[in-house]
Amino acid sequence: MNRVKMEFEARSENESLARVCVAAVATELNPTLEEINDIKTAVSEAVTNAVIHGYDEKGGSIILDILVEENTLTVTVTDFGRGIRDIRQAMEPFYTTGSDSERSGMGFTFMEVFMDELKVESIENHGTVIRMSKTIGVGNN
Amino acid sequence: MKEVCSVTNNLLVIRLDSDLDHHIAQRIREEIDRKIMETSIRSLAFDFRKVNFMDSSGIGLIMGRYKKIHPTGGVVYACNLNSQMQRIFRIFGLQEITEQNEEIDKLINEEVTYE
Repeated sequence: MNRVKMEFEARSENESLARVCVAAVATELNPTLEEINDIKTAVSEAVTNAVIHGYDEKGGSIILDILVEENTLTVTVTDFGRGIRDIRQAMEPFYTTGSDSERSGMGFTFMEVFMDELKVESIENHGTVIRMSKTIGVGNN
Repeated sequence: MKEVCSVTNNLLVIRLDSDLDHHIAQRIREEIDRKIMETSIRSLAFDFRKVNFMDSSGIGLIMGRYKKIHPTGGVVYACNLNSQMQRIFRIFGLQEITEQNEEIDKLINEEVTYE
């Protein structure tokens, strides 16, 4: 069992930091390259959501909680930003509240595709918690 | 930041230097759009040689550029995709809006040797 918890500023520069940290902790599970990439991508989406939507790119605090239990990795990304009013709508593919046309609206879809489980909890104006997990080694030959 | 765009044979070539995430997509998007306007070139080629990671921000970048150039008949080429990138393209249907072309790949890769 291993657990790493870290808090960092919601800056886009820290998106890669979050990916690298989760990948580092996940190493002990001997993931395949594909599994590691999947995990990094899902983490990147969750953190980017907190930076762009949770805090409207104005900054704030993000907590990254990485838990390894047996062969399951659970990553929790928490922000204390504006929250999500309608979680089901937010998770629809292509739905985005992004103000510019560059947001693909695929963040949650990426998380769902690349992780085994995804749970989103949010309270408007208080924040959002994204908890996702992946069991490593299940799909291997 | 190193300039990532260059023009070759009536094609705007974008050499991606690293992981394509929100941070990077944000930074290069404006440069690409500015170059499109300055040069009025219709087609783009993204060189993925150095890219090992892409998330939905990268998809948004490509989708956004496609929307800009497709109406005038432009094409978005994706070059040097490794197996992880091919997988992402496949899963998220980016092949619908991009093209992979051997001639273009060759052109892009030839340019590199002169740098």
